[in-house]
Amino acid sequence: MSLISVENLSLDIGDTPILKDIDLSVSKGEVLGLVGESGSGKSMTALAMMQLLPRAATTNGQIQFDGRNLLTSSEEAMCQIRGNEIGMVFQEPMTALNPVKTIGEQVAEGVRWHKSVSRAEAEEVARTMLDRVGLPESRFPLTRFPHELSGGQRQRVVIAIACALKPKLLIADEPTTALDVVLQAQILDLLKDLINDYEMGLLLISHDLAVVAEMADRIAIMRSGEIVEAGETGATLSEQKHPYTRQLAEASSHRPTRSEPQKEERQETILSVRDVKKHYRLPRENIFKPPSFFKAVDGVSFDIAAGQSISLVGRSGCGKSTLARLILALDKPTEGEVEFMSGVTSQMDETTLRPYRRNMQIVFQDPYGSFDPRHKVERLVTEPLHLLDEKPSGKARTDLAVEALESVGLSSSDLAKYPHEFSGGQRQRISIARAIINKPKLIVCDEPVSALDVSVRAHILDLFADLSERLGVAYLFITHDLNVARAITDEVMVMHEGLIVERGSTEDVLSSPQSEAAKNLVSAMPVLEEAIARRNSKLTA
Amino acid sequence: MLNYAIRRIGIGIATLFVASIVVFATLEIIPGDPAQLMLGLNATDETLNALREQMGLNDPLLTRYTNWLSGFAVGDLGNSYTYSVPVSELIGERILVSLPLAIFALILSTVIAIPVGLFSAAKRGKAADTVTMGTAQLGVAIPNFWFALLLVYIFAVGLRLFPAGGFPGWDAGFFPAIKALTLPAIALALPQAAILSRITRSAIIEVLSEDYIRTARAKGLPNRTVLWSHAMRNAMIPVLTILGLQFSFLIAGTIIIENVFYLPGLGRLVFQAITQRDLIVVESVVMLLVATVIVVNLLVDLSYAIIDPRLRRRR
Amino acid sequence: MMEHKPLHERETLGDFLVKALRNKSFLLGAVIVSVILLAALVSFFWTPYAVTDLPVSNRLQGPSSAHIFGTDHFGRDIFSMIMVGSRNSIAVALVAVGIGIAVGVPVGCLAAAKGGWLDETLMRANDVVFAFPALLSAVMITAVFGPGAINAIIAIGIFNIPVFARVARGAALSIWPREFIFAARVAGKSSSRITVEHILPNIANLLLVQATIQFSLGILAEAGLSYVGLGTQPPMPSWGRMLFDAQVRMVVAPHMAIFPGLAIVLTVLGLNLLGDGLRDVIDPKLRRER
Repeated sequence: MSLISVENLSLDIGDTPILKDIDLSVSKGEVLGLVGESGSGKSMTALAMMQLLPRAATTNGQIQFDGRNLLTSSEEAMCQIRGNEIGMVFQEPMTALNPVKTIGEQVAEGVRWHKSVSRAEAEEVARTMLDRVGLPESRFPLTRFPHELSGGQRQRVVIAIACALKPKLLIADEPTTALDVVLQAQILDLLKDLINDYEMGLLLISHDLAVVAEMADRIAIMRSGEIVEAGETGATLSEQKHPYTRQLAEASSHRPTRSEPQKEERQETILSVRDVKKHYRLPRENIFKPPSFFKAVDGVSFDIAAGQSISLVGRSGCGKSTLARLILALDKPTEGEVEFMSGVTSQMDETTLRPYRRNMQIVFQDPYGSFDPRHKVERLVTEPLHLLDEKPSGKARTDLAVEALESVGLSSSDLAKYPHEFSGGQRQRISIARAIINKPKLIVCDEPVSALDVSVRAHILDLFADLSERLGVAYLFITHDLNVARAITDEVMVMHEGLIVERGSTEDVLSSPQSEAAKNLVSAMPVLEEAIARRNSKLTA
Repeated sequence: MLNYAIRRIGIGIATLFVASIVVFATLEIIPGDPAQLMLGLNATDETLNALREQMGLNDPLLTRYTNWLSGFAVGDLGNSYTYSVPVSELIGERILVSLPLAIFALILSTVIAIPVGLFSAAKRGKAADTVTMGTAQLGVAIPNFWFALLLVYIFAVGLRLFPAGGFPGWDAGFFPAIKALTLPAIALALPQAAILSRITRSAIIEVLSEDYIRTARAKGLPNRTVLWSHAMRNAMIPVLTILGLQFSFLIAGTIIIENVFYLPGLGRLVFQAITQRDLIVVESVVMLLVATVIVVNLLVDLSYAIIDPRLRRRR
Repeated sequence: MMEHKPLHERETLGDFLVKALRNKSFLLGAVIVSVILLAALVSFFWTPYAVTDLPVSNRLQGPSSAHIFGTDHFGRDIFSMIMVGSRNSIAVALVAVGIGIAVGVPVGCLAAAKGGWLDETLMRANDVVFAFPALLSAVMITAVFGPGAINAIIAIGIFNIPVFARVARGAALSIWPREFIFAARVAGKSSSRITVEHILPNIANLLLVQATIQFSLGILAEAGLSYVGLGTQPPMPSWGRMLFDAQVRMVVAPHMAIFPGLAIVLTVLGLNLLGDGLRDVIDPKLRRER
């Protein structure tokens, strides 16, 4: 007997069909993983179950829950169900909590409303629940405001809100996507514990096949508003009957083929970071106290040789991106120096920097924010030509742009388009074209594939590998994802709280991490093959 | 919280200080010889010298400025040239008209605007919303002094419900005084209420699209509770900002409206002073009004911290 | 996966106009403003009656086929006066907006680009200017220099400066942390060049909306100043001054107050509708809720 069953659910927003004939069900104590790439309709399915759809949405079909069809239930009836019988956890912990209310109030509020208990009783429930999700009152009093908590802690509060009344069903919509791998593992563990304790059903929505394989008993794979395949997790993912399932699985564990690095000739060092520190002054707690500092980068040294690719891996907030800005001379270090191609770039002014800037470039995470929406591709791609002493004009400029676009798999017909005419993956190609147009010696890539869907991610990783061989450019690959590091680089540095705590060959670090920080990262990393293998062995056992 | 308050108050005092220099410079330095300006070209040397002596114009600039400032601090603003009474006495009398008028109008506009804005936001997209916001759109476009003329024509000349102008003084009793201030306050308040209700509506609609509203609804809270307990407080932040800004419009509005209704307030005083070139009065009244604007904006800044806990800790 | 909202999608002028003209608010506003502008332009060549004649025998006539809005206490045709007066209102408000943009936008952009103490200083200076509502500035200027239309322009213009500075700074600050600005910095571009190439084009929309708002506030402020005698001086016709003249004759000639007032309301309404429409067309986020 399933707890909730969705039958023939179709959903349109205005005239646009979003969902077509969705069928799925979750039983008591069961975890259903709903997987798909962006825009596949996962979140809309969840919102339909909660009846929290946008105003313009129209639905057809049935959602049976406890003998009622939720699609036809009144708003009053839904208010009784939401929070009480179905709880929901959202993707963005930073915005999911009301900034002007204390965490205690926000957890207790639902309890008071549903159970009509006194404020004190509701607070008692909130206290127990917050303690249960790992926020004990001794360290996190109920009077804390959301802005006083980190992203992971806020997500725990959201989970506490959703589970405070021990609902029968919990819907978690990408609950860990905004968190780093270590937090992700902690939150997933917490969710697992809670559904075991409270015997809840869980609908886990994720784009990450490995996460779902780890968590879900059954899996449903969505594409363009339809469920293409559904079944028991281990079997579905190992058999891969549907081509799209196979495509997703392959892309998830994709590694570009790369030629073995030539170890015999040692290349010259092009970048040398020496004991670099960056401290930020914190706003003073009290004007009479001396100011305190946030040590974003606290004494980092390393070298990169020409043509070498290194990953810089670490949890969010470990100082990776600050370090990238220091290397690119966009920020001045508090102490220490950065030497790039035999010049101490960290102490130069913009004019002296020009010849050095020519040889360093960057590729960003967000393929949407990295272009001025008002410029056409030609102008965007050729922006770094500004650094050349003899700026090519007209034809020569266009030729260079075409050359760069062609080497990333785009064509001259794209020159006159605006960035919004491209998909996320194509934009990331344009971003790479811009980075290579000056034939730089070093490209810093700041989470270049984190915002991309898995299948697109695989193609972009191939492109990076290909370009590294063709152009001999050195990469510094900044990522929180060891899978990406493994796919693209031979060497990895692990950064933790402003320091580099470990450096070694990628395989060594992954197989036998030495430092605590690296161990945490490795053990938290979801690996699809391992998760499937575990599932299958559990079944056979 | 304390840090934030200290910082804001510090900034407020600095702003006040610089503003006082601006006022002093405009009215006492730019004219060259204020005494000449006040008395006109036909003044004799004797009267000029007497006025210069009275205004302390023979002292060095810095002394004059510090004297003026310290005078302001203790309420000694000098003597009005035309009325030959202390300026502080004049202002003290007139402020009893202007201040109640401004407060009356502010209360009226808030009491009207916030419920209307809320109502409209709750009914957004429906006919009721379109009608209210259309009316508000019209209200924003109406100049308050013209609206005042219409009110006089309808309620004073036509229906004879309210006096067309003048002020009986508070001695005449509370109700006659309030009655005399009612039409002016309505004239001031309605256009402001129109603006404020539009701001309230859009602030609430904006807040309603936030993620935490969805979280609140996912808890099962009914829409009414979500609106009151989650949306209102967050929406108050932009509303307060506008309320603070409006106060400076209200002050300007008071000055003009007093002229429509012949109310003996600061506005009338300052216009009479301009016609009579009584710079001493102009200087004091302008400084007082500027100081009021600064203080009100400071209070708004401080009340942010009460609403928004994020401000209490930082800065 | 993550949802991304593009900044402002680039579109051709044609697309923009099609979108804008479908917006009722924009369309209505544009029509009203065009009519007023046309009236102002035509008044340079032709008005039904000359506003310099004072045919006192015709004084205080109500609306008729000869004088559709009636005549004033000197017998002047009110419709003609409103036409000529619109020049004045538009010119004052336009120049005042110009002053606000010319000073405020560079100040706001500079503050956003440089940050630190310069930002702090500029914004504190802004606070000081902000403490002088246009009317108070006008009072001070008139006390020293005597009354005149220039006062109104200066006083309203000064008050516009901090408004534009704040809007420009706020908008620029939201653009600066974006990745394409980093890309431009990596491409070696100076902050002034980035401001011109990337920041200004991306905040221009918002500034345009603010300009329509300040323009309409300018019309209101000019009328107010002229009404109390701090703005345009007679014999130059101005809407505010016409209302002042009407006030004492309210009982005998209410039309003298009604028509100039309606002219102000219509102009301000048109500009506000135009601004609202522009904002809807530019910012799809707000439009969705309508």
